[in-house]
Amino acid sequence: MTSLNKETLKIRTEQDVIVFRQRLREYVVKIGMSVVNQTKLITAASELVRNILAYAGEGQATIEVVSERLQTGVKIIFKDSGPGIPDINKAMQDGYTTGKSLGLGLPGAKRLVNFFDIKSEVGHGTTVTIIRWKR
Amino acid sequence: MATNSTTSLLIKRRKDIFQIWVDHQVEDPALRDDLMSNDELRNQSEEFLDLFLQAIKSGNLEDISRTEYQPIVDLLTGISLSRAHSGFTPRETALYVLSLKKAVIRVLQEELENDPASLVNEILNISNLLDSLSLVTFETYIQGREEVILRQTSEMNEISTPVIRVWEGVLALPIIGTLDSERTQIVMENLLQEIVETESNIAILDISGVPAVDTLVAQHLIKTVDATRLMGAECIISGIRPEIAQTIVHLGINLEGVQTKATLASALKYAFSKMNMVVTKRK
Repeated sequence: MTSLNKETLKIRTEQDVIVFRQRLREYVVKIGMSVVNQTKLITAASELVRNILAYAGEGQATIEVVSERLQTGVKIIFKDSGPGIPDINKAMQDGYTTGKSLGLGLPGAKRLVNFFDIKSEVGHGTTVTIIRWKR
Repeated sequence: MATNSTTSLLIKRRKDIFQIWVDHQVEDPALRDDLMSNDELRNQSEEFLDLFLQAIKSGNLEDISRTEYQPIVDLLTGISLSRAHSGFTPRETALYVLSLKKAVIRVLQEELENDPASLVNEILNISNLLDSLSLVTFETYIQGREEVILRQTSEMNEISTPVIRVWEGVLALPIIGTLDSERTQIVMENLLQEIVETESNIAILDISGVPAVDTLVAQHLIKTVDATRLMGAECIISGIRPEIAQTIVHLGINLEGVQTKATLASALKYAFSKMNMVVTKRK
C-alpha cells in the first residue's frame, strides 16, 4: 500500500470533531469519492472520534490517502491513551455500551467501511484503523 | 544607584523618547492609519509613556504584577482589547510596545555613551520590562479574541434555530449545521415552547442542513421527537438525503417509530392529510 498524503489532527474538544470532519471531507472530495461513500466514511470517522472524546478524553486521528493495486482510498488511524476496552467482542455488539449512547458506534462504523481493525489494551489505550475505498 | 539615575534620566528626556517613539510608529509602513488616526495614536502613546515613567519611578523594574504597574497594565489591557475588537493583528499590538523599546534604547545610548557597562545593564533591564509588558498585550489580545468567538458562538446558536409557523398547527424547524448536546437543548426548548404557544399538533424537524448524521446526532433527534410526543404533538423528520438514509441503515439506527420524509414539502403534505386538509388549484 502506498501512502500519498498524510496528516495528523489532535482531538481534544467538540470543536476538533468539526474541524476533523471538514479536513476529512477535503480529502475525500480531492480523491473524487462518491457522495454516498463520502458520507459513510465521514459518519464512521465521526463515531470513532466521538469515542475518543467520550472514553479517552483526548487522542489523535491520522488521515492518509492510500492506494493499493488499482484502487485509491482514505485510511484513518484513531489513537488514544485512554482506559482501553476490556472485551472487544462485546464492544463490537450492537446495542452494547458502557456509556449512555445507543451502542452502535463501533459496530456501525465497521459496517460503513471496507476495512476495520481495532486493537486495545486495558490501561494503555485503543487504536482503530479504517479504510474506505473510492468505489 | 544606577537604576535611579536612569529613571530620572528617562524622565528628563521624556519629550525626546516620546518624539522618537511616535515617529517610529508613524513611519512604520505597517501603520494602520485606516484603523486609528494619528492624533489618537499620539494621545494614547503619551498617556502610556507617562504611566510607564510613573511606574519605573518606584525603582521596580522587574515585577509588573506589583501595584505601581497596575495603572499601566490596565491601560495596556484596554488598548489591547480595543485593538483586538477593531481588527489589529496581535503583531501590530505587540509592536506598539516593542517600538517604545527602540526609542528608550536610542536615548540611553546617547546618554550613556561613555559608560558601556551600565549601558548594557540598563538596556537589559528596560528590555525585560518592556517584553513583559508586551506579553500582557498578547494575553489580553487573545482574551479579547476569545470573547468575540464566544459571543459569535452563542449568536450562532440563537439565530440558527428558528421555529417557523408554516401553517396553523404546523411548526417547522430547519436545523443547519452540527447537532451537539448544547444545540439540541436549545432546539428542544425552542420547539417545545413554541408548541405550547401556538397550540400546534405537528412539528417538522428538517435536517437538510445537517452535514453528517452519526449515532450521537440520531440520539439527539430521537430525544427531541420523544419530548415532542410527550407534549401531545407529532414530530416528523424531513430532509433525509439518500446518502444519509444509507448511512443510517448501515449504522443500525432504529428510526422505526419516527415518521420520516425525504423533503420538507412531503412532510407538509403529510401534515395536511393528517389534519384532513386538501390543497387544490382553484378552478
